[in-house]
Amino acid sequence: MPNMIVCVKQIADPEAPPGSFKVDEAAKQVLPAAGVSQVVSPFDEQAVEAALRIKDAQGGKITVLSLGKNFVMDVIKKPLSMGADEMILLQDPAFEGSDSHTTAYALAMAIKKVGEYDLIFCGRQAADWDAGQVGSGIAEILGIPAITPAKNVELVNGNVKVERVVTDGYEVIEASTPLLIMVSNELGEPRYPKLKGIMAAAKKEVPTWNAQDIGADAAKLGAGGARAKVHKLFIPVKEGKCEIIEGENPEDAAVNLALKLRER
Amino acid sequence: MTLELLGGGRKLADKLGEELSVVLMGVSLGDLGKEAIAFGADKAYIVDDALLKDYQTDAYVAVMEKVVKQVSPSILLFGTTSMGRDLAPRLAFRLDTAVSMDCVELDIDPDSKLLLQTRPVYGGNARAVYICENTRPQMAAVRAKALDPLERDDARKGEVTSIEAGLDPSIIRTKVVDTVKEEVTGIKLEDADIIVTGGRGIGGAEGFQELEPLAKALGAAIGATRPPCDNGWVPASLQVGLTGKIVSPTLYIAVALSGSSQHIAGCSGSKNIVAINKDPEANIFKEARFGVVGDYKKVLPAFTEKVKELLG
Repeated sequence: MPNMIVCVKQIADPEAPPGSFKVDEAAKQVLPAAGVSQVVSPFDEQAVEAALRIKDAQGGKITVLSLGKNFVMDVIKKPLSMGADEMILLQDPAFEGSDSHTTAYALAMAIKKVGEYDLIFCGRQAADWDAGQVGSGIAEILGIPAITPAKNVELVNGNVKVERVVTDGYEVIEASTPLLIMVSNELGEPRYPKLKGIMAAAKKEVPTWNAQDIGADAAKLGAGGARAKVHKLFIPVKEGKCEIIEGENPEDAAVNLALKLRER
Repeated sequence: MTLELLGGGRKLADKLGEELSVVLMGVSLGDLGKEAIAFGADKAYIVDDALLKDYQTDAYVAVMEKVVKQVSPSILLFGTTSMGRDLAPRLAFRLDTAVSMDCVELDIDPDSKLLLQTRPVYGGNARAVYICENTRPQMAAVRAKALDPLERDDARKGEVTSIEAGLDPSIIRTKVVDTVKEEVTGIKLEDADIIVTGGRGIGGAEGFQELEPLAKALGAAIGATRPPCDNGWVPASLQVGLTGKIVSPTLYIAVALSGSSQHIAGCSGSKNIVAINKDPEANIFKEARFGVVGDYKKVLPAFTEKVKELLG
C-alpha cells in the first residue's frame, strides 16, 4: 500500500474581495486584511483530494506537511478531517523570508525525515504568491521525477498514471514510484470533511518540527538562502469607469446595451 | 511563443549590449535556426535528437543544463506554456538559480543592469517585481502575448550551431503514453476577437447552452471561469484565468461571473469588458467598460435578439 505525502500551505482566503487586499510597498509585504479568514490553499486541498482518491481505491497512508507560521489549527487540520492520517507542521523563525528554493529545501528535508514515500503531492502553485515551483524543487532535491499540472492520478499495479493538463486537452503519462505530482484545479472539487473526521482531527496530535529537527543547513534556509528577491510590490491601478446601462427592466437594459455597443 | 520571446529578448539584449541566442530542441528541426535569426536572434543552437520528439522533463532539463553550461547566458527566458511551466522551475533548481514564472513584463534595471521580472501575485491582486542578484542565469518564464514579436527580416545575419543532445535514454523516467485532445467546436479562445464567458452564476451545463446563440450571432468563442470547469459543466480547456487561458479579445462579455482576481488575471488584456451580473457590487463591474445589472436569464435572450437584429 502506498505511502503518500502531501504538502499544503495555509494562506489568506484568495476568494476574499479584491478590494480588501492591501500591500505595504515600502516593506514589500502583503498586509493582513481585517475579516479575511485563513484557508488551506485551494490547489493544495486538491492535492489532498488526489491522495485520498488513491487511498479510497487501494488503501495507504497519507502524511501531510505544512511549512508556515501563525497556524490556525482548525484550518490547517482540514486535510486530517478530510481523511489524511498524520500531519507535521514545520515552523521556525529560521524559515522566515523564504523563497521557493528555501521552502522546497525545508520540505524536502522534512520528507527525508518522514522516510518512506511512494507518492508526494503538492498543489500546482500556492494561491498567494503563485510561484508554481516548490513541487518541482522538492522533486529535484530528492532526485525523483515530477509531473505538473495534473488533473487525475491513478496507481495501476504499482505504476502511476497521471493526466497532465496541456493547452487543448491532456497527456497521459506513466511513471514508476517514487513520483511527485503537482495537482491542478481540473482535478475537481475536494471532498467536504465529515463530522466524524472533524472530531478525529481535533483530537489528533500534530507535532511541530524546527530546522534542527529536519537536519537543515541553516545557510540554505530563510532569507539568507533565498535566490529570488522581491524588488517591488504594488497593486496595479484600475481605471474603474464602468458605465451601467439602465433600462425600464432587464430586457430593456439588454437592448440598450446592444445599441450602445453598436455605436462603438 | 518563441517569436514573442525573440522579440522581447532582442530588446533586453540591446539594452545590455549583449548577444541574443535561441535554443531550439526537437526532432527534424530543418531551417528553424535561420528562421529564428530572421526574427531577432544572433545565434541559434540546434539540439536535434529523436529523444526530444515529445516534451519529457528529464530529457529537456538535461539538454538545457548542458547548453547553459556551454553558453553561460546571463538571462534565460521561457514561455509560460505547458512545457515552460514544467521545464523552467526544474531547470532553475538544477542550476541552483531562481526563476520567475508567468511574467507579464521584463525590463533591465538601468543602475544594477539586473533583469526586472514583473509577475502577478496573489491571484492578480498585486504585482511583484523580482530580481535575482547572486546566481546566474537570471531566469523568467513569460506569459503569452506579454512580449511583441519582431517583423521578419531575412536579411538579418546570425550563426547556427548544432549541439549534441548526448542523452542517455535511461535518465528519462516518465513516458507520455497518450495525448488526448479536448476539441472545442467553433472558434478557439486564443484566436477569438469576441469572447462570451460564463461564471458560477450560470448555474449548470444547461445554462452554458444559453450562451451559444449569442456566441454564434457574434462569431464569438465561449469561455468559462474556474468553477464551471471544476464542476464539469464545460471542458477545462474553456477556462480563462490565472491557471487557464490568457486572452485579450476586442470584446469580452462576462456573464454571471463575479470577477475574482484569478479570473481577471486571464482577461484583463481585453479591450472592452462588458459585464452582465445581478449583483451590482460584483467586482467585475470594476473591470468592465459597460455593465447591465440584472439576471442573465432575462438579460441575455433580449440582448441576443437585439444583437441579431442589429447585425442582420
